[in-house]
Amino acid sequence: MSLEKPYLDVPGTIIFDAEQSRKGYWLNQFCMSLMKAENRERFKADERAYLDEWSMTDEQKQAVLARDLNWCMRTGGNIYFLAKIGATDGKSFQQMAGSMTGMTETEYRDMMIQGGRSVEGNRFVGENGDAQAQNQPQGKH
Amino acid sequence: MAARITASVFTSHVPAIGAAMDLGKSREDYWKPVFAGYDFSKQWMKDNKPDVIFLVFNDHATAFSLDMIPTFAIGTAAEFQPADEGWGPRPVPKVVGHPDLASHIAQSVIQQDFDLTIVNKMDVDHGLTVPLSLMCGELDPQKDAWPCPVIPFAVNVVQYPVPSGRRCFMLGQAIRKAVESYDEDINVHIWGTGGMSHQLQGARAGLINSEWDNAWLDQLINEPVACADTPHIDYVREAGSEGIELVMWLIARGAMSDIVDGKAQGPAPTLKHRFYHVPASNTAVGHLILENA
Repeated sequence: MSLEKPYLDVPGTIIFDAEQSRKGYWLNQFCMSLMKAENRERFKADERAYLDEWSMTDEQKQAVLARDLNWCMRTGGNIYFLAKIGATDGKSFQQMAGSMTGMTETEYRDMMIQGGRSVEGNRFVGENGDAQAQNQPQGKH
Repeated sequence: MAARITASVFTSHVPAIGAAMDLGKSREDYWKPVFAGYDFSKQWMKDNKPDVIFLVFNDHATAFSLDMIPTFAIGTAAEFQPADEGWGPRPVPKVVGHPDLASHIAQSVIQQDFDLTIVNKMDVDHGLTVPLSLMCGELDPQKDAWPCPVIPFAVNVVQYPVPSGRRCFMLGQAIRKAVESYDEDINVHIWGTGGMSHQLQGARAGLINSEWDNAWLDQLINEPVACADTPHIDYVREAGSEGIELVMWLIARGAMSDIVDGKAQGPAPTLKHRFYHVPASNTAVGHLILENA
């Protein structure tokens, strides 16, 4: 009997379950290492050399170097862990979340000030909301 | 003579709120409405100072990496330092624990068939320190102290599966029983933190569903048993992937004295304060104070 995963049909959403966790173990552990100031300095001094100290896949390293959080998540990253990369870069959580939407920082911030993204059309894959694949990328820029 | 839970506090614990306080931005136009929602609460804290705060929060990949993922973890240490989450530690006072009561609760709750992980050493992140800052105001990390000892209680809402609302609600009842069997005349507040609409990831980031949030708040206050039955998928679909943090509020609600044998059958608690605001960074902010009748 397969496991119950009712969350696979939510658009633009990767639920961090045991499968994702296994895939992203070393990527997420690398992120945890950035909670120490000395590691942040070493990472900033030579990102590639620091990443090479971890048993991450090459794709995971590429995704980190590109600061593409969606890509990081597809390879098993979790947003609470990935936030340490943003913190190292001096980014706010809003800048990090916004970076995953295809909107500019201003567009995303304005959307939030106007009440945030609507749930209408964004509950199930196949509806027509702004987070659906057929409406990507978002943003007017 | 026994300890008792007199009130529950519910609040979001947005990291940017802590950053706004720490960087002196709390009077900026963007943040003013958020903090205004806690003016009443700060005064209420002064007028109703507890002896201990039992604070339910989630660790955000801080004390627990993917090496260990406890579903429920109780902090039994004498003190807990604010964590470095990547920006450096927040400039707030250290958190003083209550090892004696915490160990008592751990023993009692485990004997009531809930598996808690006992944590004798951990740093605490914004999930714990932001609610304290919101309720107590800005404090000097060296000269000031939080008003009372705090027992940190961490819930896994990061790696799925996370505990159900129903289980959290039952756990709250077990915690009340544990507190009431502690032979000291002290007054305990239980806080449920985190949550309200937010999604931090992917193309759907920034999701806010005020209508659902407010209906959920109504239900949490007035029909807690039905609220506890909300399936996980509803939180994710309606309130965003990180909206799942709301299950932690059900621990605090389940600990209120109107809940007897899993049913709401005692006198309903008094709603002292309710606040809701959008946005704070990526999220809706929700806040309630309930006092036992």
